[in-house]
Amino acid sequence: MEEHGLHRTELTLMQKLWQIQWIFVLLVCATAGVGFAMLYSAGGGTAGTGNIDPWASRQMMRFGVGMVLMLMVALTDIRLWLRYAYAFYVLTLLLLVAVEFSGSVGMGAQRWIDFGFINLQPSELMKIVMVLTLARYFHGSSIDDISRSLSLIPPLVLLAIPSVLVLRQPDLGTALMLIIAGASIFFMAGVRLWKFGLLALTAIGAAPVIWHFLRDYQKKRILTFLDPESDPLGSGYHIIQSKIALGSGGIFGKGFMMGSQSHLNFLPEKQTDFIFTMLAEEFGLIGGLALLCLYTMILVYGFAISLRCRSQFGRLVGLGVTTTFFLYVFINIAMVMGLIPVVGVPLPLISYGGTAMLSLLFGFGLLLNVYVHRDVQIGRRGAGEEL
Amino acid sequence: MLAGGKLALLSALVGRMYYLQAIESERYATLAEDNRINLRLLPPPRGRIVDRYGEPMAVNQRNYRVVLNAEDVKDAEAMLDVLGSIISIGPGERRRIMRDIRRQRSFVPVTLRENLNWDEVASIEVNSPDLPGITIDVGQSRHHPHAVDTAHILGYVAAVSENETGNDPLLELPGFRIGKSGIEKIHDLALRGTGGSSQVEVNALGRVIRELSRQDGQPGAEVSLTIDLGLQQMVSRRLGDESAAVVVIDVHNGDILAMASTPGFDPNAFNKGLSSDQWKDMVSDVRSPLTNKSISGNYSPGSTFKMVVALAALDKGVITPKSEVFCRGYIELGDAKFHCWKKGGHGVVDLDKGITESCDVFFYDTALRTGINRISAMAKRLGMGQLSGIDLPGEQPGLMPTHDWKRAVMGIPWQSGETMIAGIGQGYMLATPLQLAVMTARLVNGGFAVVPHLTGSVKTSGAVINNNPVSQVSMDLSPAHVALIRDGMESVVNDPRGTAFNARIDRPGYEMGGKTGTVQVRRISSAEREQGVRKNEDLPWKERDHALFVGYAPLKAPRYAVSVVVEHGGGGSKVAAPIGRDVLIEAQVRNSAGRGVEQPAGEAVGSGA
Repeated sequence: MEEHGLHRTELTLMQKLWQIQWIFVLLVCATAGVGFAMLYSAGGGTAGTGNIDPWASRQMMRFGVGMVLMLMVALTDIRLWLRYAYAFYVLTLLLLVAVEFSGSVGMGAQRWIDFGFINLQPSELMKIVMVLTLARYFHGSSIDDISRSLSLIPPLVLLAIPSVLVLRQPDLGTALMLIIAGASIFFMAGVRLWKFGLLALTAIGAAPVIWHFLRDYQKKRILTFLDPESDPLGSGYHIIQSKIALGSGGIFGKGFMMGSQSHLNFLPEKQTDFIFTMLAEEFGLIGGLALLCLYTMILVYGFAISLRCRSQFGRLVGLGVTTTFFLYVFINIAMVMGLIPVVGVPLPLISYGGTAMLSLLFGFGLLLNVYVHRDVQIGRRGAGEEL
Repeated sequence: MLAGGKLALLSALVGRMYYLQAIESERYATLAEDNRINLRLLPPPRGRIVDRYGEPMAVNQRNYRVVLNAEDVKDAEAMLDVLGSIISIGPGERRRIMRDIRRQRSFVPVTLRENLNWDEVASIEVNSPDLPGITIDVGQSRHHPHAVDTAHILGYVAAVSENETGNDPLLELPGFRIGKSGIEKIHDLALRGTGGSSQVEVNALGRVIRELSRQDGQPGAEVSLTIDLGLQQMVSRRLGDESAAVVVIDVHNGDILAMASTPGFDPNAFNKGLSSDQWKDMVSDVRSPLTNKSISGNYSPGSTFKMVVALAALDKGVITPKSEVFCRGYIELGDAKFHCWKKGGHGVVDLDKGITESCDVFFYDTALRTGINRISAMAKRLGMGQLSGIDLPGEQPGLMPTHDWKRAVMGIPWQSGETMIAGIGQGYMLATPLQLAVMTARLVNGGFAVVPHLTGSVKTSGAVINNNPVSQVSMDLSPAHVALIRDGMESVVNDPRGTAFNARIDRPGYEMGGKTGTVQVRRISSAEREQGVRKNEDLPWKERDHALFVGYAPLKAPRYAVSVVVEHGGGGSKVAAPIGRDVLIEAQVRNSAGRGVEQPAGEAVGSGA
């Protein structure tokens, strides 16, 4: 069953560089550029002014570091990632546990570990590592294996442990993203739909129990989502102000750096979770749609790369990263427009924040890596055979 | 399939975006403007109050206050320690300040102390390097430059109390003051003006970012009074510490030229806020400094009422100028004995002698024959027993009793003895000093029912509204009868037998006429009467007689009428008449000299002694 390397198996560095999807890189840069502009606007105090500090400058620095990381990841051998996927998983899991004990509390939740040079948020990293881990597991499974329900238990456990840890922080949004992204990898690996149905029913049955474990502020957020006007100065404030900002932007927007809602601080968290609102206020429907177009193009590239890949591992990694990216986009935008509860998910490549940016670029690095190594054949048990 | 699902979800986002930004856009745009724009009210400057010559009586003064900007001060307690070494800050004041700092948002300045004097301002400014976050701020506060001299006319302004909030949004401004009494209250709306507004852009915390537009309000109207400030000050000072009231009125048009009530109070202290001790002192003072006695003091008119009795009797034909009564020093009615003030009696008394020498027996007899209803009716024609309608709050109507009144109020019939003592202005009847001045004016102005008023004109930026005195109504009195009364009043002052002869004015052309009154406030027992009535000087203050005087000048062409009431002052001739004389001299001197030139008062006073 093991086929030995084709001529493409071993590529030189120059060849690999040539294989990178530079248009995709360009799209990522363009999106990040939109983010810099918005952070510049958010940095200004009053309407009509912007400032590169405190956000845009640091974001640019991180993006630079992230780009280097992305290209480095893209150029490494894909089999390395397969081989060390579980090791990464364990490492990230340890970090998550460490957060439990030493993490600093921000926004009422323990999420960060201070490493000195960077405030690491292990849950963000876990989103990508989860993709790697599950892809590794299903890469080693045949169709027959997957159809056996018992074989689904190990990956379910792999998914459940970090999800529970993240939920305990408590970070509902990230936990949901982990679960949905994980589930979509299960699906893409070939797990039957009815099994999802069964699981979903179980989840609904467990909802009251989960409700019991939710923190008060999480319960409040869900209740507020159902009726934001019930508490206009409390939890509903964010979403009401966000809708006002969006709506008042109209079709063409108020102009760059002219958003009254964001510049007068009516809009909370405008540099992080609600940055899309600010963009839509200043550039209107046109601006919002343009950004969505950029995102869609990135997604299309992601799918195209994934489907083009010959190895199961590469395909799953590509689809997993793309799905994770989609979930970022959808959950954030749906949240600021009041379609789903406020769960605290950043807008990818645009929101201010280091770990999310680095994790995502790490993910994109893997995606590019998958494209570079699209024709590499990988054995069931990893890459050991070739080396 | 997965891609399809994602596409569907993305389409949902686009749909939602279209809904919010295209369809509902207008609604949200309005909400965003509501968020952003805040309307600030600009208080208009309060209108000035000036006297008849334009001399300022109530103005707005620069009020220097020291404020603390909490956001620039890290340790407010330490800052107060430093400031406390420059201007003393009491523990209560300190508690209030710390409470304000905690309550208000950090960018709202906290007022530490208002009404700083110049020395305090200077020493704070000099030490400003040690006081970061502490600044001097200038506001406006109401100031009455003649404080106590004009207190009862102008009233005072103070902070709006809870039950006074009305439609005017100005009332909700912190620190806004409204008139609480006097002219400040009567003309409060005109003086207040209308507020301007400033549209400002605010951020989510309410901090002002910039001003978008401004609409200036209308400053308060300037109210000019009929008061002659110089005369007012002279009157107020002449009364000094006495518990007394004086009203000076123009007999022809009802202009109040001076109206004093002593002791007074400092209206500026009310504006700044009184301490509870200060308030208690004022309320418990037996001389009631807060009451405007000129309009709210109810006094028995005493002998000043005798003109009314005489006029009523003449009017009804009960007496003629020739009618005579024999005074033995008392008169008997049934078992009761009614005494004249002169122990030995006046002998044969006619109307002229009755008024001149203030013979009580003559008026007991005349009153009894005239009847209380007729006397009260005449008193009302002269303005007593009812509100004069003067433009001040808190006026008292006084009281002119009738048979019906007593039956209604006390449920027992009127007694003849009560008519007799009414004849000398004692008993149930009550009048205010203002009513006494109006009565005098109506007696000497040729028979017109003048109405007293204080407001000359109200001048807004657009127009001047003159307070023209209502057209004078004739009182339909017989000129011959009125002339008889005036002759009597002339003799009271200028006939050597007159009760006010010692207080006469002998400066040619300035002579006055008048009538004294001494009102007993205690019962004199028959035992005391036999041993000799105790002198006022020997009695406790509260039991001494009230001293009254009403007068007018000049004698031949009356222009000014005055009424004087000195509570527990003693005799009308000795105490009240000299005050009336000094006031009438001053009024005439000021008029003949033209405005603003004050003659040395000593010369005029000396001439009367």
